[in-house]
Amino acid sequence: MDLMKLTAVQLSDKIKAGELSVEEAVKASLDAVREKDKTINAFITVDEEGALKRAAEVQKRIESGELSGPLAGVPVAVKDNICTRGLKTTCASKILYNFVPTYDAQAVENLEKAGMVIVGKTNMDEFAMGSTTETSFFGVTRNPANPEHVPGGSSGGSCAAVAAGEVLCALGSDTGGSIRQPSSFCGVTGMKPTYGAVSRYGLIAYGSSLDQIGPVAGNVTDCAALLQVIASHDKKDSTSVELEDYDFLGALQEDVSGMKIGIPREYFGEGLDAGVKAPILKAADILASHGAVVEEFDLGMLDYAIPAYYVIASAEASSNLERFDGVKYGYRAEDYEGLHDMYKKSRSEGFGPEVKRRIMLGSFVLSSGYYDAYYLKALRTKALIKQAFDKAFASYDMILAPAAPTAAPRLGESLSDPIQMYLGDIYTVSANLAGLPGITVPCGKDAKGLPVGMQLLGDCFSEKKLLRAAYTWERLYNSDRQDVQADGKGEA
Amino acid sequence: MAREYETVIGLEVHVELATKTKIFCGCSTEFGGEPNTHTCPVCTGMPGSLPVLNKQVVEYAMAVGLAANCQINQYCKFDRKNYFYPDNPQNYQISQLYLPICHDGWLEIETGDGKKKVRIHEIHMEEDAGKLIHDEWEDCSLVDYNRSGVPLIEIVSEPDMRSAEEVIAYLEQLRMIAQYVGASDCKLQEGSMRADVNLSVREKGSDTFGTRTEMKNLNSFKAIARAIEGEQARQIDLLEEGKAVMQETRRWDDARGESYPMRSKEDAQDYRYFPDPDLPPVVISDEWMEQIRESLPELQPEKQARYEKEFSLPAYDASILTGTKKLADLFEATVALGSKPKKVSNWLMVETLRLLKEHGQEPEQIRFSPEHLAGLIAMTEDGSINSTVAKEVFEKVFEEDIDPEAYVTEHGLKTVNDAGALEEVVKKVLESNPKVVEEYRGGKEKVLGFLVGQVMKEMKGKANPAMAGELLKKLILE
Repeated sequence: MDLMKLTAVQLSDKIKAGELSVEEAVKASLDAVREKDKTINAFITVDEEGALKRAAEVQKRIESGELSGPLAGVPVAVKDNICTRGLKTTCASKILYNFVPTYDAQAVENLEKAGMVIVGKTNMDEFAMGSTTETSFFGVTRNPANPEHVPGGSSGGSCAAVAAGEVLCALGSDTGGSIRQPSSFCGVTGMKPTYGAVSRYGLIAYGSSLDQIGPVAGNVTDCAALLQVIASHDKKDSTSVELEDYDFLGALQEDVSGMKIGIPREYFGEGLDAGVKAPILKAADILASHGAVVEEFDLGMLDYAIPAYYVIASAEASSNLERFDGVKYGYRAEDYEGLHDMYKKSRSEGFGPEVKRRIMLGSFVLSSGYYDAYYLKALRTKALIKQAFDKAFASYDMILAPAAPTAAPRLGESLSDPIQMYLGDIYTVSANLAGLPGITVPCGKDAKGLPVGMQLLGDCFSEKKLLRAAYTWERLYNSDRQDVQADGKGEA
Repeated sequence: MAREYETVIGLEVHVELATKTKIFCGCSTEFGGEPNTHTCPVCTGMPGSLPVLNKQVVEYAMAVGLAANCQINQYCKFDRKNYFYPDNPQNYQISQLYLPICHDGWLEIETGDGKKKVRIHEIHMEEDAGKLIHDEWEDCSLVDYNRSGVPLIEIVSEPDMRSAEEVIAYLEQLRMIAQYVGASDCKLQEGSMRADVNLSVREKGSDTFGTRTEMKNLNSFKAIARAIEGEQARQIDLLEEGKAVMQETRRWDDARGESYPMRSKEDAQDYRYFPDPDLPPVVISDEWMEQIRESLPELQPEKQARYEKEFSLPAYDASILTGTKKLADLFEATVALGSKPKKVSNWLMVETLRLLKEHGQEPEQIRFSPEHLAGLIAMTEDGSINSTVAKEVFEKVFEEDIDPEAYVTEHGLKTVNDAGALEEVVKKVLESNPKVVEEYRGGKEKVLGFLVGQVMKEMKGKANPAMAGELLKKLILE
């Protein structure tokens, strides 16, 4: 039996039933990493020793009945911007190449409480800045669907690891689409929860008002289960919110009848690749044929989302990344004269070009004389975008949209034109600006056979609704895949 | 005719709040402690750590603001002030710029020129930085983050002060308020109260401000007064020479009595302030604000009025006693032990303040207990010691907080009230000073003091001088 072909919930059930051990599950994952990661490079750090040691502990706790949760005993990967005590956490940057936190992120603590076993830390764009996982100091991650293509980003490592079957689920983080876009590119299910649903404590900040940790998995059920594990109200994070209900698995019903789904016209206009558009609209039709009320409408404000996002995210990043200065931890330049030279050289040598670009952009928009024209205006735009969504959710239960204008680009195609790369975030950044939850589920392939996902966006704290719709869609899709192939040729 | 100048001064005062834990984490704020022992991921700026506001900080800031007649921003925010320096682990300080907690207040000060109001522009909350220790021997710098994240409030005045005297009066008012509401101990020597002085001069009668300088590193009221005198003289000299005052930050060297430029306006950093996304706005409800307002203790003006009425103290005494919380507390505690208010007041106003001055100390540093002061006063009242002995014993009480009764007994300082023994000595003194006795009889009454002195000397200070005087008079006139 190939354990990596099971779902995470099935794997845990078998472990809890005594059919297999946590060690067997962890070894299966570590074997898959060893075999596949030479090509994929989804991991920055693999913690074989730690994982096996922990597997034995978890096994005992499962046997004693102490652990009985839906993902107990399941191996998991964690994006490398989420702090793990005693395990290197680099943000895929040279400046943190040797940083070992002395504390766990709250989400990681929650994984451990649930009896999950961390097998390693996944690759990403440096400090989560990028859409391809090509800006990593530790080399690019390749898309398991086609290794000549990028996995998307910034949580490209987590999505590729799940897509390749190296792990069954993983944690990512989403500041402007960093879970939803690579999930679409890799053909996996990924969710950005409502801002505040998962504690940010221990998530190394990029844009603090936008960042959110979320689950990546091979299917909607595992995604819901992992969200259930990591979501918690945390007093260490002042922006953390207490939810009324953490039973996300309970939301998984195959029923969309009467659900009102809005399709924003401007999301399907110019700039959207036909090969992406077709399977998504087809999916909308199928949902409609199963009782959902699907309507087109004008959302508005789309043109302002990218500029507002890049101003706010870069502004926050320019300040968040100031602490990386060579004084306390991480990389310090070898030769320097005096304090300022040490700062300058450590940061010049430690940060990659995309990070520097955003630090400069952010410093500029916050500098005196420009603050009002850029930063304040971006905050006002953000408020207007939120209003546009509020209006939409007064009429619709959710919004159906693409996660990206195209399927995964080829390696090396994106970085040369950063503006074009930024524009690729057009369908995802609004959810971060408005704090909304969003989920990407696979819905087909483009003409080249690359995965395409569709994105469902809901109002704040409507995760359960989104999960129900995604789950319903997944059942329909799995039962009749042929129907939704864009090229009509069927899946290889 | 020489031009006349006027000095214009505004103050930025940092007061460290007396919370047990830091502003954004649970670490102790205790002074001292081995380097980097009162630290955690939050106050050392570790990646991924997040600040959580200490509610007590808001309450102290509000209490000081209300006591200083400020308006409260019931919706206030924290902002990040970005600058690189190793004492600042995140390379930004969490402070308040756009919506500080308090604004538009005032304090009334009194100087030789009478009473006046000094307006307060704003009060904001912020975190303190760590401490850098430069190790010359190893040629390196070490950082201690124990102070990093200790809560501060910064009280920014309007440029309403015109002299060092007014500045000191303002600082004393401010210190008193912070101490009265329990927000801070305001120990200048430990740095829990620090002032930066913004000063400019202008020709008298002018209604525009001159170019100002900001002076830092002022660690005592005396240093502040000296720095003000020095800086106004320096600026006037420049103007008299036809030179311009440069807008700059200067560092006062109290030992040399000179200031040095630290950085000019051109070097002024752009702090790129923006709202801290990790901290939601602080929303202060009417109820919360009223609760703080109601919990404010009796402040100095009310206390002074009460002292005048309840204890029949002169206004001057009442104002000095209530001028620092320590003196007021000591006064009330001693009176509560049964001592007469006026007596307690005298001991505090005269001997205590004299000894403080001699030791170069502030009232906060008083160590003796109200019990021991009350004990001393009781002994003077019942005549068991005379005033000379009492002063001697008080010095011991002041310095070592000794038990005065035990001390007096141990050192045999009790006044001899034995009439027989006194009469013997008085007779002896009269016999050996016939000339003086004649002078007294001749109407020169003040020589009696000399004779009393002689009796005291004979009795090694233990006589009751009043009894001695009476007896002398009686025997001379017999």
